[in-house]
Amino acid sequence: MSMVPTLLSVEGLTKSYGGVHAVRGVSFELRAGEILALIGPNGAGKSTCFDMLNGQNIPDSGRIRVLGAETTGKKPRVIWRMGVGRTFQIAATFPTMTVRENVQVALVSHGAQLFNLWASTARQARDEAGRLLDLVGMGAYAERPCGELAYGDVKRLELAIALANQPKLLLMDEPTAGMAPRERVELMRLTARIAREQSIGVLFTEHDMDVVFEHADRILVLNRGTLIAEGSPEEVRGNTQVRAIYLGEGLLYDARHREGASA
Amino acid sequence: MAFYVVQFLTGLASAASLFLVASGLSIIFGVTRIVNFAHGAFYMLGAYVAFTLTERFSGAFGFWGGIIVAALAVAAIGVLVEMVLLRRIYHSPELFQLLATFGLTLMVEDLVVLIWGPDDLVGRRAPGFKGAIEFFGQNIPSYDLFLIALGPVVLGVLWLLFQRTRWGVLVRAATQDRDMVAALGVNQKWLFTSVFALGVFLAALGGALQIPRDAVNHAMDLRVIVEVFVVVVIGGLGSIIGAFVAAVLVSELNAFGILIFPKISIILVFLVMAVVLIVRPWGLFGKPEAPARRTPGLTVNPWRPLTTNERLAAIAVLVVAAALPFVAGNYVLTVGSEIAIFVIFAVSLHFLMSVGGLASFGHAAYFGLGAYGVALLAKMAGLPMIACLLLGPLLGLLGAAVFGFFAVQLSGVYFAMLTLAFAQIVWSIAFQWVSVTGGDNGILGVWPEKWAASPSHFYWLSLGIAALAVVILRIIVFSPFGFALRATRDSPLRGEAIGINGKRIQWTAFVIAGTVAGLAGALFAYLKGSVFPDNMGISLSVDALVMVLLGGVETVSGAVVGAIVYKALNIWLVSQTDLSKLVLGGFVVLIVVAFPKGIVGTLEAFVHRRRKSSSSASSPLLTSRIESAE
Amino acid sequence: MRGYFVGAGLAIAVATMATGAMTTQAMAQSEIKIGEINSYSLLPAFTEPYRKGWQLAVEEINAAGGINGKKLVVISKDDGGKPADAQTAANELVSSENVAMLTGTFLSNIGLAVSDFANQKKVFFLAAEPLTDAITWSKGNRYTFRLRPSNYMQAAMLVEEAAKLPAKRWATIAPNYEYGQSAVAVFKKLMSEKRPDIQWVDEQWPPQGKIDAGPVVQATAAANPEAILNVTFGADLVKLVREGNTRALFKGRTVVSFLTGEPEYLDPLKDETPEGWIVTGYPWYSIKTPEHDAFLKAYQAKYNDYPRLGSIVGYQTIKAAAAILAKAGSSDPEKLIAAAEGISMPSPFGEITFRKIDHQSTLGAFTGKTALKDGKGIMVDTAYRMGSDYLPSDAEIEKLRPKD
Repeated sequence: MSMVPTLLSVEGLTKSYGGVHAVRGVSFELRAGEILALIGPNGAGKSTCFDMLNGQNIPDSGRIRVLGAETTGKKPRVIWRMGVGRTFQIAATFPTMTVRENVQVALVSHGAQLFNLWASTARQARDEAGRLLDLVGMGAYAERPCGELAYGDVKRLELAIALANQPKLLLMDEPTAGMAPRERVELMRLTARIAREQSIGVLFTEHDMDVVFEHADRILVLNRGTLIAEGSPEEVRGNTQVRAIYLGEGLLYDARHREGASA
Repeated sequence: MAFYVVQFLTGLASAASLFLVASGLSIIFGVTRIVNFAHGAFYMLGAYVAFTLTERFSGAFGFWGGIIVAALAVAAIGVLVEMVLLRRIYHSPELFQLLATFGLTLMVEDLVVLIWGPDDLVGRRAPGFKGAIEFFGQNIPSYDLFLIALGPVVLGVLWLLFQRTRWGVLVRAATQDRDMVAALGVNQKWLFTSVFALGVFLAALGGALQIPRDAVNHAMDLRVIVEVFVVVVIGGLGSIIGAFVAAVLVSELNAFGILIFPKISIILVFLVMAVVLIVRPWGLFGKPEAPARRTPGLTVNPWRPLTTNERLAAIAVLVVAAALPFVAGNYVLTVGSEIAIFVIFAVSLHFLMSVGGLASFGHAAYFGLGAYGVALLAKMAGLPMIACLLLGPLLGLLGAAVFGFFAVQLSGVYFAMLTLAFAQIVWSIAFQWVSVTGGDNGILGVWPEKWAASPSHFYWLSLGIAALAVVILRIIVFSPFGFALRATRDSPLRGEAIGINGKRIQWTAFVIAGTVAGLAGALFAYLKGSVFPDNMGISLSVDALVMVLLGGVETVSGAVVGAIVYKALNIWLVSQTDLSKLVLGGFVVLIVVAFPKGIVGTLEAFVHRRRKSSSSASSPLLTSRIESAE
Repeated sequence: MRGYFVGAGLAIAVATMATGAMTTQAMAQSEIKIGEINSYSLLPAFTEPYRKGWQLAVEEINAAGGINGKKLVVISKDDGGKPADAQTAANELVSSENVAMLTGTFLSNIGLAVSDFANQKKVFFLAAEPLTDAITWSKGNRYTFRLRPSNYMQAAMLVEEAAKLPAKRWATIAPNYEYGQSAVAVFKKLMSEKRPDIQWVDEQWPPQGKIDAGPVVQATAAANPEAILNVTFGADLVKLVREGNTRALFKGRTVVSFLTGEPEYLDPLKDETPEGWIVTGYPWYSIKTPEHDAFLKAYQAKYNDYPRLGSIVGYQTIKAAAAILAKAGSSDPEKLIAAAEGISMPSPFGEITFRKIDHQSTLGAFTGKTALKDGKGIMVDTAYRMGSDYLPSDAEIEKLRPKD
């Protein structure tokens, strides 16, 4: 385990709004190929924490480093260029382009060709876009207008876009929100497979505990802006503090997990 | 000292009449998100109707009754307009509503002349408010005092209405979140209608109350509408307090500004707006909000370059167009040149609007800068025509680079208003800097050199440059830059997340569009042999918008067709009738209601539907999904 | 896709215009056509009486046998108040309608645009109403003639009266565009020549059509002038007068005002007309000359309305055009110029001449004082001032006007 380099290192991340601490002193690390879930009840500071990682929010204090390079307070587009891909809670794609074009834009951006006024985009990175679409199982839809896709397919397309800069780290904000149960499992399996194959680190937030406990290698639990637990799914499941928080919500234990735990 | 107090009060009186009209506009926008260009027309109608009524019914009762009845009558007209016209286009992009109400304004301008005649009408003084009150040797008209009191009273009544009535609560809720009201089960239709009626009532009341001070005439609407827009934007769209503060601010700055700079009135409001928008992008009291709808509509049919056959067809058409001089006379050729020039102008705006999603309301500024660039180079530096044509548009580029930098920091209506402010600033420089620009008498004698002087040669030159401009802009649309621009338009969030610096991309697009517009202006200067501040005026900017929307905002090159149809129609109408505004306005309204996709867009949709008739139709849920994906 | 439409659109546009042009070209040769351009839709209050005036003239000319036996036809176009549109209209009139000459225009910038067009295309142009001095002087050209007394002439007429006033402290209020600026400049120059002792204590430049009259009146009053020069007109004038009356700006002060005596501007003021202003204008009710009586009678008979100054200008423009065409006996521009230079003709204001030196007509204007009668504004103490008496010396004009 110690052979695997630290991909993301977060130290003492703090953010407050008008005296209220949204996030306080959060520190954790993420290694290559690892899938880490960030969970917590509503208002725990997940979103604030997540937005500080991807550059949409600037922390009051604390440091964020990706492969040793400081990303704290940098703009999202700069963080992306440092090898961090991301997906949104509500998938953000370009609805007026074809599926392939969506990926091509990201590839063109990765190739620093954005201010090329002359070349034909259609010929730019066409095959590479195709490969990425095949990877997420969208190869057959390449020429379809993005605006006509079913939502599950939009999510998969978004994943392909997020992979265009060959990221070392993938930040996924509620990756399965708004999807049908079967689609959720498929998307997370796909993500996990890609992460393992390309040894990408994945950090995701999630409401659906099925998804969390099935796919996360490790889980971080936030409550009231502070990290209250961290560990493997089993460890987190056994944590009394976590149980206390989630007890009322009945989210943590469904029948399947109880079985899994006893096995 | 007494003088300054009186000057302050005088400013307040001006502010009060401005506020009445502005508050109506702000309320309408807040709830319906309609940018009601026809607000000035309702203001004018209020004045005309009130004139008729107060002339007919004598006495104090006749006067004040006439004012109120006039405002009510115009509000009833407003209800009619809302039900017949606006209800059909609430779900269209903002620009279409602006365009429809603009068409309405054009129609009203001609209609009032038909009904009330061409003469300026001077109505009665207000009974009981004819004189002045002396204040330390200074005279304050008592009617001013009445208006000064009326402003806060109206503000207070509106406040009570919005805070203390169920209707007001609903209106406020709708201002904050339209969907929420729909979810509450409120009859949204009638809520919108009543809000529109209130807004129109305030506008008409503002107009009617001008009777004792102003002469009622058919140009009142445009005089007030721009200023009112500015006030509403400075105050923050949808904010009534903001409108009040902005009206006072603008009026007082004017009242005291003219003491130091007597020529400042012409530019003041636009300077204030530009400064406010740069410092506070959502106006003084406005709240930042995600644009409710993107300015151009959403197409689900991705753009594609022309196929080989289509390319050949385009070339064939170009060849046919190039053969025009063999069959047509000088007039037709000159009109042809003008149309070609407007094709260039329209495609430059189309590039910014459709590809960039940035609807500029001051695009004529860059057209005009190009024209002035040519005129100054030709007349002052005495450069040859080719050099002027190449260098003149650089003035457009320069202007676009400076103004574009600030403008792209904003979006939606605020972007439109800031571009408008910049255009007006450029316009007033051309208008006022008489020693360089010749003021409104312009620069004359900018005629083409011999090789291009004949109408056929100039036509070929214009046609060639137009074809080149269209082709180059198309290449840019399908270049990586064009995709980055569309990406920023479609989803700024996603664009940023894949490393696209959206603002810089948009700024570059603004500069490209400004330069191409400057090229059109440069040719226009040679076509007309002269340049005037008109070449950068609001009406030219609006013309360009109409051309783009007419062609189809969701198309790649619809503006080409829009420019040809609109310009040809315009020239023909102006030549054939004095009521060109009535016909043109009606035409614009018809297009917006019947063909919101524009000419090319409608045709494309038709072709697309036929092509797709075998495959399954797209689900109606699609659009909402895309919207929520933003 | 785009390509098809370019062609289709152009083809339709061309076809429409070409057919139009052909049918008119095929019309009889027994007509002489004059092209006329004015801001009908933008300024109906001024151009409607103007149109009535020229229509009356056309009727009279044709009733008297036309021009050298040919029927006179006036083809009239609207310019919408835009110089560029005026040029398009001029082009249509010249290229498609084959008119013998161009006439008309109201706004100075449109007059200049058409004048420049005429110079470039070598077409005879008789400017009707634009007041700018540039059209005959600094930007004058051999193809352009002008009927109405210019800014300079009106200023000179007013200065003659204004210089007699005891007032030493003067303020000016003028619309902020070329007309207002040059009116103030000429007035100041001529005034200061005659009265080196006067001071200019304040100037106000409200935007044309958008005066915020209260603050302007207040600011002017604060400078405490003894006399005021006003150049605003139309709706601006109404607002200025109303605010000025209420705030007692005009009390104890003499106002000298351009054009205010013209019925177009005076009549809307009704019972609020300020009294004692020194103005230029057109007192149609008190002109007792046979020429004017004849015109007035004919006009009132035809329209059941009284004439405005625009009526006179429209009437005389077409009369002058016809006289020039008749004298030239040809529609060749060079012959028209030769005929027009120095031509004299009758007008409702008496005989006028188009000067050879600067192509300005010697049509004059009336000056007088405003007064109230039966709740209406009128001019009293009126005097007709011949245009020829209020023009600078030939040597000065030689310096101003570019050589042909």
